[in-house]
Amino acid sequence: MTKVTMTVNGKTVSGEVEGRTLLSSFLREGLGLTGTHVGCDTSQCGACVVHLDGKAVKSCTMFAADAAGASVKTIEGMNNPDGSLSVVQQAFQDHHGLQCGFCTPGMVMSSAALLAENPKPTEAEIRHYLEGNICRCTGYHNIVKAVLAASGQDAAAMAAE
Amino acid sequence: MHNFDFVKPSSIADAVKALSKEGAQALSGGQTLTPTMKQRLAAPTVLVSLTGIDEMKGVCLGEDGLSIGAATPHAVVAKEAAKHYPALAMLAGGIGDPAVRNRGTIGGSLANNDPAACYPAGVLGSGATVVTNRRKIAADDYFQGMFTTALEEGEIITGVTFPIPEKAAYVKFNQPASRFALTAVFVAKFKDGVRVAVTGASNDGVFRWSEAEKALSGHFAASAVEGLSVSSDGMIGDLHGTPAYRANLVKVLTKRAVAAAQ
Repeated sequence: MTKVTMTVNGKTVSGEVEGRTLLSSFLREGLGLTGTHVGCDTSQCGACVVHLDGKAVKSCTMFAADAAGASVKTIEGMNNPDGSLSVVQQAFQDHHGLQCGFCTPGMVMSSAALLAENPKPTEAEIRHYLEGNICRCTGYHNIVKAVLAASGQDAAAMAAE
Repeated sequence: MHNFDFVKPSSIADAVKALSKEGAQALSGGQTLTPTMKQRLAAPTVLVSLTGIDEMKGVCLGEDGLSIGAATPHAVVAKEAAKHYPALAMLAGGIGDPAVRNRGTIGGSLANNDPAACYPAGVLGSGATVVTNRRKIAADDYFQGMFTTALEEGEIITGVTFPIPEKAAYVKFNQPASRFALTAVFVAKFKDGVRVAVTGASNDGVFRWSEAEKALSGHFAASAVEGLSVSSDGMIGDLHGTPAYRANLVKVLTKRAVAAAQ
């Protein structure tokens, strides 16, 4: 076991990990931050996406020890300082961007990463960016609407399908 | 996954030293190795992370062309190579998905040499040079078959240098679930000739389509390869496509790449 220290949602945290401990396991089991979901555990579904030094990564596909010293943001750190939902989270609620909700933490983290890089993405850019996030309810249309709305664009203009 | 010791050196010298231990394995972005270890197809006793080595990161234009540190993630190449070598930047920006591109690295992709990976086509198609801690390896000598390279025990890729062609393009036919290449073609036109590299198609991994290179060096237009045919011998056959289907894709995608490079 090795001790690792990193910043998670603005707080410095430490814990004992094995070499093989995944970042997703450290967050969920070590820190009790179970908002980060593990869907497939094979790097395909994106439910475990967190931000590592501001970049979206799949936390089931990196080792906790490799994140030592980094700044990690999870879904638990996405709300506003006053506890209210962030713009992206609120847009998911307003546009029914979640059905069962399992993929939502990863969808929100990926969407926030997209908007940080590209504040006014087109519908096609949103769909392309979310390629690595799978929604088993197939609720993609409303997710894309939510991201459009979160970027301040008119989601109603998106073609209904 | 079997347990292992994790080490994260901050210099190439320390990484090489750590890799000299029995059962040690280099880890770059881990987007292939981590899933492989979860399936117990790999079980190193020591994992040496190469992502903490600053001298192995970054994109830099020099006299020999565009040099990319081996531990540079695909997303960084997609962004920083865009103005120097757009075709290569486009290739990097189409690997996997955004989260994979933020972790996966060019060195990791080349060391693994997956027969359907994108970077081997970019490197072979450009006639790039793979730089290791010991030597410089020409792309033509580096790729030696599926998951096989010229790398020796304890040798790590530190960077890759790309000569910049006059025109180039990469066209990938996506395997839609994995976003690996079902087949993909990288075409690069240099002053002294054209190179065509194909990935995703052959059981031997990335290869150069020399007949097309000859035809395109004479006349750089999609019509130049019209009369050529690609044999399906040795092509990959799986549930996604037969060898004949892939052989056909080689020609179709070469034509598209030449058209895109105009």
